[in-house]
Amino acid sequence: MYKTEVRGSLIHGNKNYHQISSDIIAPIDQPIPLWWKAAFGISMLAFLYGVIAIYVTISQGIGTWGVNNSVGWGWEIINFVWWIGIGHAGTAFSIFLLILRQKWRTSINRAAEAMTVVAVGCAALFPAIHMGRIWLAFFIFPYPNTRGPLWVNYNSPLFWDFIAISAYLLISASFWYFGMVPDFATIRDRTTSKVKKAVYGFFAFGWTGSTKEWLRYESLSYVLGGIAAVLVVSVHSIVSTDFAVSVIPGWHTTVFPPYFVVGAIFSGFAMVMTLMIIIRKVYKFQDYITDSHLNAIAKILVFISLIMGTAYATEIFIAWYSGSQYEFFTFFRNRITGDYTFEFWAMVICNAFIPQLFWFKRVRKSLVAAFTISIFINIGMWYERFNIIITSLTKDYLPSSWTTYEPTWVEIGFYIGTLGMFAAGVLLFFKYIPMIAISEVKGVLKATSHDSNDNKINRHE
Amino acid sequence: MEKKYWSNIELLNGSVDNSAEELSNDDRSLLDIIDEEIASKPSSRRNFLKFCGFSFAGAAIASSCENPVKRAIPYLIKPEEVTPGKANHYATTYFDGYEYNSIIVKVRDGRPIKIEGNPLSSVSRGRTTARVQASILSLYDGSARLKKPEKDGSPTTWQIADGDIAARLKDIAAAGQQTVILTSNIISPSTLSLINEFLSLYPGRHVMYEPVSASAMLAANKVNFNINGIPDYHFDKAEVIVSFSADFLGTWISPGEFAFRYGIARDLQKGRNNLVKHYQFETGLTITGSKADMRYPVKPSEEPIIILQLHREISRLAGQSSTTSNNQHAAINEMAAALWNARGKSIIISGSNDPDVQLIVNDINFMLENYGSTLDLNRLLLTQRAIDSDMDLLISEMSSNAVGGIIIWNTNPVYDYHNAEGFINGLKNLKVTVSLNDTVNETNEHFRYILPASHYLESWDDAEPKTGVFSLAQPAIRNLFDTRQPQDSLLKWMGKDSDYYSYVKNYWLTNIIQEDGLDWNSVLQKGIYESDIAAAQVNYSNTLLNDAVTSLDKPVAGNKNDIEVNLYTSVAMGNGNHANNPWLMELPDPIAKVSWDNFASISSQTANDLSVTTGSLISINDLRLPVIIQPGQADSTISIALGYGHIKFGKVGTNVGTNVYPLVSVMNDNRQLYLLNASVKAEGGEYPLAISQKHGSLEGRPIVRETILSKYREKPDSGNELHAEFEEKHVTLYKETVFPGHHWGMGVDLNKCVGCNTCVIACQAENNIPVVGKDEVRRTRIMHWIRIDRYYSGGTDNPEVVFQPLPCQHCDNAPCENVCPVSATNHSNEGLNQMAYNRCIGTKYCINNCPYKVRRFNWFRYATNEKFDYNMNSDLGRMVLNPDVTVRERGVVEKCTFCVQRIQEKKLEAKIENRHLEDGEIQPACVQSCPANALVFGDLANTESKIFKLFKEPRNYHLLEELHTLPSVGYLTLVRNKEDNNHEA
Repeated sequence: MYKTEVRGSLIHGNKNYHQISSDIIAPIDQPIPLWWKAAFGISMLAFLYGVIAIYVTISQGIGTWGVNNSVGWGWEIINFVWWIGIGHAGTAFSIFLLILRQKWRTSINRAAEAMTVVAVGCAALFPAIHMGRIWLAFFIFPYPNTRGPLWVNYNSPLFWDFIAISAYLLISASFWYFGMVPDFATIRDRTTSKVKKAVYGFFAFGWTGSTKEWLRYESLSYVLGGIAAVLVVSVHSIVSTDFAVSVIPGWHTTVFPPYFVVGAIFSGFAMVMTLMIIIRKVYKFQDYITDSHLNAIAKILVFISLIMGTAYATEIFIAWYSGSQYEFFTFFRNRITGDYTFEFWAMVICNAFIPQLFWFKRVRKSLVAAFTISIFINIGMWYERFNIIITSLTKDYLPSSWTTYEPTWVEIGFYIGTLGMFAAGVLLFFKYIPMIAISEVKGVLKATSHDSNDNKINRHE
Repeated sequence: MEKKYWSNIELLNGSVDNSAEELSNDDRSLLDIIDEEIASKPSSRRNFLKFCGFSFAGAAIASSCENPVKRAIPYLIKPEEVTPGKANHYATTYFDGYEYNSIIVKVRDGRPIKIEGNPLSSVSRGRTTARVQASILSLYDGSARLKKPEKDGSPTTWQIADGDIAARLKDIAAAGQQTVILTSNIISPSTLSLINEFLSLYPGRHVMYEPVSASAMLAANKVNFNINGIPDYHFDKAEVIVSFSADFLGTWISPGEFAFRYGIARDLQKGRNNLVKHYQFETGLTITGSKADMRYPVKPSEEPIIILQLHREISRLAGQSSTTSNNQHAAINEMAAALWNARGKSIIISGSNDPDVQLIVNDINFMLENYGSTLDLNRLLLTQRAIDSDMDLLISEMSSNAVGGIIIWNTNPVYDYHNAEGFINGLKNLKVTVSLNDTVNETNEHFRYILPASHYLESWDDAEPKTGVFSLAQPAIRNLFDTRQPQDSLLKWMGKDSDYYSYVKNYWLTNIIQEDGLDWNSVLQKGIYESDIAAAQVNYSNTLLNDAVTSLDKPVAGNKNDIEVNLYTSVAMGNGNHANNPWLMELPDPIAKVSWDNFASISSQTANDLSVTTGSLISINDLRLPVIIQPGQADSTISIALGYGHIKFGKVGTNVGTNVYPLVSVMNDNRQLYLLNASVKAEGGEYPLAISQKHGSLEGRPIVRETILSKYREKPDSGNELHAEFEEKHVTLYKETVFPGHHWGMGVDLNKCVGCNTCVIACQAENNIPVVGKDEVRRTRIMHWIRIDRYYSGGTDNPEVVFQPLPCQHCDNAPCENVCPVSATNHSNEGLNQMAYNRCIGTKYCINNCPYKVRRFNWFRYATNEKFDYNMNSDLGRMVLNPDVTVRERGVVEKCTFCVQRIQEKKLEAKIENRHLEDGEIQPACVQSCPANALVFGDLANTESKIFKLFKEPRNYHLLEELHTLPSVGYLTLVRNKEDNNHEA
């Protein structure tokens, strides 16, 4: 472990271990605040709207959506990719920073991972519901059956998708959960409520905090982290093959796997930033989620934004350079100009230009500016998926099949439903799970927090 | 547990073995046994679980498996000709009052389910048109067909009606009044003879009335040749065709037959290098105009003048006069020269209903020596017989006291006669009014007796569509409703005991087949009889020519900018009597690609003048219609399809579109399908139109490849250079698929395809394709498995048009197959791209990844769905379904199968007969129905097959071959017979 004055302390405010536990567990112990109830109520209403939309979809058919015989995928796949992208950041954040031994991750990783799990859950709904016959969805499992040679098609990116997403969901959820075990034990030990004791005790898995346990805990983190790191890269690469493997102009692109992974990390980090600013503001966690955290995220975002800009430019260049008139049409006549000009430029401006403001220290320091930009990035990333899916499908090879696509209330309702589901999930996380990894923060407290803590600790020794 | 009673102490203790006694008790139910079982066994946990398990399982089975009652009653005595699961075919005749087709009806388990052309007939040649294909559905039309006799609006019986009517007819005869039989064209010799007999008993007249008639042509031919008919047009023998507003490939006179002949004239396969040169003058763009090499948009009022100019020019060339016209149309000189050079091998036709125009057209044909070569005066077309003035005369007679009764049959003047008011008023004077129509319509309600006719597939009849060409009609099913064919009614009222079947048979045996000594059954089986006719000398007399010239040779009345309205019969709707047919309603117009509406086509110039755009509403003499900006429409004109806007019909056709028959004007005793000075103004508001193809330009993509004749002669692969290039680049890392047996393929000759949409309906009928309705069509969800893409090239004033039929391409390297996660779509070892509907989970990935966009998704449960109230949601409507083809469930993807059921059927037949399949034996529905012979289907693995040779043609290419999808469908380039090609410019 290193100690340096150069980087400054990671945890502010002269905290000791007890204070950390109290600070972070405070929202769990306190009664439910009114704003939380209101926000939860609204998100449940949104969720209910989504449930109605799903009910209509399943009971009447996909025909209640705006998709058609030329545009087979619409909002549902846009939103699927969007949520998967957001769901990317948590694990990416945790794992990569864990592997790189960036200690500042400890204040943020828990929230980021929680976000991942909820977002991937939202994402997984879309490909399921968008099936024409969801009641036969189990056909996609490679299970032994009596249907003779009928078996899943290993050539299909949708099958890869299914495997990648389920694996990712499983690993992210485990990684998140195991990380929380010591904290659940802390709550169990501190609480006076019998119910909480029982519930958190159950989830704490009998954690006692022995050295042996810590040792195993650490190894498990690294093992799961190692697996997850691969999945982080693979899951969105595979999602991108849904498009890259096809023959459709604008989809048939080798740049897609890295482009999608980077894009996903981009939107995920933006969402982390949004969420962290909210947590910091609402729960007054500025001692844990310090300016330097947001600063670091902003720096990552500006870097990724440059990659995104390069990716967009590459796509456009290749569309021209390939000499394929179909590709050329898609990019130049149906994106840069044409029916979907607004969506294209919304994407470029939100993703490639607006984040460039983070070059300025004042912008990085300003919570309002950072929050606004993070929202813009998420909107931009939504438009990116819109561009990829809709512009390519509405006008592909044969002009006779060209059409337009408009979502119906059902599709919009479904999306709103997942937003509600995400918000509700995050709110539950705020209330019932320590938002910051207590044990990990404690782990870095000694090592990196300077000031009087040092003196205290020194005195103690 | 039940209370246990005992009679003696042993029983109570269970020491007596009473099992024998219980077994003898036969009427114990299962529950008793269970009860006893429970009672007899100690109540252990094991037993408890056993019975619990049984009851849960039982309850689950009983509640979850809904067992609908299905009545499958076996034959007690099987009729000889019926084998369940095997279809019977009967030859019969389609004639709807305008269009004739000798057909073969496929009857499966007693239900007629499909119509094909009769290959023995020289008129049909095994082919049909869209309207004929769709007529099978009208048999099962529960909403439009009349189901029982009515008197004064309430149900009655045939006996009562027969008694009443016979008595009244006698009264009328006794009062010295006439009984009029008003029908559409009748070409049945037996029926005509019967009507004559009827009228000799009850004095009166037979009036034939057809809303869109060939009255002027009949009149002109009567004058010129003293014949009652229209010469047969041999487009196949023509080198130059000049057509003025005659949509002879779409709806004019005998479109199916003409398209067949036109296909021959457009044939460039097997090294042929002569093409017909086709000039078309028309107001709105038709499929015929689209096929023309030179097309000139003209206003209806300009047309007679151009014909006159052509007449003058030809007379000059013939040395009969030396005058030339001033300001003559730019095309006249070249066209006249071409015609003159092709003397005896040209055809001039006009769709005009002005006898003067037809006289001049006849004279041009005569000067060009076409009679006897391309225009056959011996075998006359007899399908058109109605004379317009007869109907007008009838109206005036009805208001006087001369007519006492009227019997109408297959006609709907209240809807389609321009003076409907006069007709309705005339009816009030009559003693008896009888309607023998078969469907609900606007006219029936004004009639006292409505005695529904049977559908033509339930009736006996015959027909003489051409001189000496006869065909028989036989019922393919017993009457579905309490209906009777009108001929039987006439016989009844004449007091005869025999039925019409014996009448027809007798008529044929004594008048038609007696000379050849043919047997009735063999003729009935073939459905047709064609007698040789001696070539008769026909004399030409042009006494009225000068009058005609004088009456036409005057400047166009009115302002040059007056908007002229041109009315036409559309390919789908014809004159409107099929308007309740959902297949035809949903069939997109071949040019505008609009279904479920008629609309006002205007040019972009006129749209600017009126400041309207596609979808705006305009009013034309108080009729409101949505606008379509139609490339190729003559400026200052509006074209509107007839046949829409029924206010009383079945559930499909009522209140769809606008009835424009009231715009018909009368000139020279004939009804003219145009209006020279309509008052047109833009109305506010948008109208949602269902347009199935929203983009018309090819965007410079090599999807349709075309060239011009001179270049083709130099280099047969002209315009198709890319094909060789892509063939050369054909490399793959993977092992190429080998087809050990058959390898099915289809060829499409773009030169022959006339865009008539027959294949679309044939496919719909064969493959149980649902009708989805206007809203769904608007959302690009039309279900047709084969579609005809229409592209424009060149300017919007007068573009070139191409039609491209597009079924599934059955790619041997199919993009759709790779991406299906559950292998629901896969490749057969015969090269078919097949769909396993049961396996499909509906991810729609295949739809996205199909570059041809031929895959269709079942967005809703179309069959048995109240919301799709067309034909599939009733037991009656579902009778038309083909049992060999799955009715697709909601949530699965479907598409063209190359009619795999037909392939399988013929393969099995060949196997049973222990022989090889013959080339051409298997015909998918589209190929079989195509009137122009543009589609070829066969085995690519057979080097002798037609399709194999067609794939070797230098004109052959594949759609998007640069994607290396290796389609099994080939297209032959389009070759236009013109000097320059807009396309390349």
